[in-house]
Amino acid sequence: MATLGPNQVDSITGQTTTGHEWDGIQELNTPLPRWWLWTFYACIVFSLGYWVLYPSWPMVTTYTHGLWGTTARDQVAVDVQAIQALRAQTEAGLQTATVEQIVADKKLLSLALAHGKAAFGENCAPCHGSGGQGGRGYRNLTNEDWLWGGTLDAIQTTITHGIRDYTDKDTRQSAMPAFGKDGILTADQIQQVASYVRTLSKLPPAPGVDVDAGKKVFADNCSPCHGDDGKGNLALGSANLTDGLQLYGGDFKDLTQTITYARNSTMPAWGAKLDPVTIKTLAVFVHSLGAGQ
Amino acid sequence: MTEAQIGGGREIYDDGPLYASEPKVYPQKVSGTFRRLKWAILIVCLGIYYFIPFVRWHRGPSEPAQAVLVDLAHSRFYFFFIEIWPQEVYYFTGLLILASLSLFLSNALFGRVWCGYFCFQTVWTDLFLWVERMVEGDRRDRMKLDAAPWDGGKIVKRILKHGLWVLIAAGTGGAWVLYFADAPTLVRSILTLQAPLVAYAWIGILTFTTYYLAGHMREDVCLYMCPWPRIQAALTDVDALNVTYRRDRGEPRMSLKDANRTRAAGKPAGDCIDCDQCVAVCPTGVDIRKGAQLGCIQCGLCIDACDTVMTKVHRPTRLISYDTDDNIKRRLRGEPAIYRLVRARTVLYAVVMAIVGALMLYKLSTRQEMGLSVLHVRAPMYTTVGQDGVRNGYTLRFSNKWSEQRTFALEISGVAGAVAKSEEADALPDGRLAVAVDPDATQEIEFYVTAPVASASGAGVPIVVKATDLKSGETVSVVDHFFGP
Repeated sequence: MATLGPNQVDSITGQTTTGHEWDGIQELNTPLPRWWLWTFYACIVFSLGYWVLYPSWPMVTTYTHGLWGTTARDQVAVDVQAIQALRAQTEAGLQTATVEQIVADKKLLSLALAHGKAAFGENCAPCHGSGGQGGRGYRNLTNEDWLWGGTLDAIQTTITHGIRDYTDKDTRQSAMPAFGKDGILTADQIQQVASYVRTLSKLPPAPGVDVDAGKKVFADNCSPCHGDDGKGNLALGSANLTDGLQLYGGDFKDLTQTITYARNSTMPAWGAKLDPVTIKTLAVFVHSLGAGQ
Repeated sequence: MTEAQIGGGREIYDDGPLYASEPKVYPQKVSGTFRRLKWAILIVCLGIYYFIPFVRWHRGPSEPAQAVLVDLAHSRFYFFFIEIWPQEVYYFTGLLILASLSLFLSNALFGRVWCGYFCFQTVWTDLFLWVERMVEGDRRDRMKLDAAPWDGGKIVKRILKHGLWVLIAAGTGGAWVLYFADAPTLVRSILTLQAPLVAYAWIGILTFTTYYLAGHMREDVCLYMCPWPRIQAALTDVDALNVTYRRDRGEPRMSLKDANRTRAAGKPAGDCIDCDQCVAVCPTGVDIRKGAQLGCIQCGLCIDACDTVMTKVHRPTRLISYDTDDNIKRRLRGEPAIYRLVRARTVLYAVVMAIVGALMLYKLSTRQEMGLSVLHVRAPMYTTVGQDGVRNGYTLRFSNKWSEQRTFALEISGVAGAVAKSEEADALPDGRLAVAVDPDATQEIEFYVTAPVASASGAGVPIVVKATDLKSGETVSVVDHFFGP
């Protein structure tokens, strides 16, 4: 194609060129499509209105608020209120019913389980695991090794007031002495009683340790809380030592350490953090994990 | 094709421009067999479309009473006695296969029957053309009106025409949304301006597309937007009957006078008198005498137009008819025409359709009215119970496709000494656990199985959960595994 001079029309397109030339390449001066141009102008007009009505321009320490004073935070508050109003409707039954009544009513139960499962994932799963499976030092909520009771009521109380959370005056409390650290038992006695505790769960004792001596140490020091048969006491939160499910492990080494230093782990009182309906649904959910009593 | 150089008509070829601005088509009024057939199909198709949402079908108090309903909110599709759940959408796959095969079959038999008679673009364009003809008159009047200056009469006619078009278009969009909600209720709420915004939005969209596609774009939709003409051209074969100008009879075309003179001189003269009526009535503006082409939707209106003319000039009808190119060549060679509707291709399509149809019927008639699925609880995989017990958790989900509540009794097998429990199930007098499931709903429960450690293994022991409907005795079983240390 021959190079076109300024104001010369390209025969194929009927357009003039921009008048520039780069290495023999010229550019046609094709105008923007009308619809595009008008959309562009409409956007400019729209933005003028927007600046006046809505928050838009950042200033040094503040911003232009706009005549309508709209803020996203206000909208969130409205939305939250709406969702709460909606929830209040569906949860009306959960407000008034006790945990026992919830479990007895299939409709309330499935509502509570859905609610409780979500609340469990947000609040409890970090320690107790996504399915309540627990871990070392954190209760496995799917087995029957309850420390403070596995009834609906007991679970609700534990969740509400926590364990050894002294910000709550009704918290679950008991303290196992640090038998070794505080010099109540000698190292030998601790080994003996640890061996004896293993035999309670039908596990082999440590070799060369006097289990009979351990039995006597147990009767003198441990049975007041754990019972003569070692089955524990829900009122005191003392562990059942006969089921082989020890919170901090049932190895000889684990047991020795537990007796020497004591564990006395804690759980927060959720009554201060969660609303009563959520706590009820959490109790129902934990109770439903297979080990509820 | 030298004989095809005469007359109007547009030509669309694949090596032509992507879009060519063509002169406006003014289809002329025509009457005859195919026109009557098209009116009948139009009335039936539109009748079904507008009427079906109002057909009632009683399914019980908990379910909608509309015969055909796409219930998006509850993810159900209702079609008379059939109710499709989301996991059963493969029925639609079957329907789509059947639909495409019937398109192929109809194409192998009679060419573009779909385009010419049933396609919604054709049907609505026909309706819009009828309105246009009622308001503005026939072909010549419309051409005159288009060329005329804007005066009162033209403005009134235009307002009337576009008004009627918009009304029909709004009705089209309005009927569409009725398939997605209870029709009588929705009609009332649409008219009282209380329908949901999405309903108005869809009515708006479909009003616009109907008005624009049927009123303004018309044949351009077939020529530039629709993929089927392209596919159809690749699918068709020499035996498919197409709307065909019988050039063996028609050529050389000439006026009546010339023909009489030529024949009197003992020379051959064709039956075509070159009156261009076939082009005048064509809704896409093609000249059928140029042979099979992309623009021809094979609606048969040129057959009617030609038949009318042939009758008037006392020549045999069907100069344009459903025929094949091969037959024309055979006749030119002096051989008889051959029609092969039953051939390998059509038989194959019919057989595949029969197989797909039979499969769908079989699946539909034997499908379960209840469902059960199982998911093993993974955290923890198992729980130790006492000294020598182990417990596994399962999430069971039941579905009840009946319109009444049903109770499913549960039995487990495969694991020795296994005992089941669930807070969400009730115990039957015979000791089995039972779950009540609401009509047309699903129900999920947590289900725990406890068994001696000896019955379990680290790799898992197969466990079968069987649910039995107490009323009908229908059963469904699922298999999972029972894990232990």
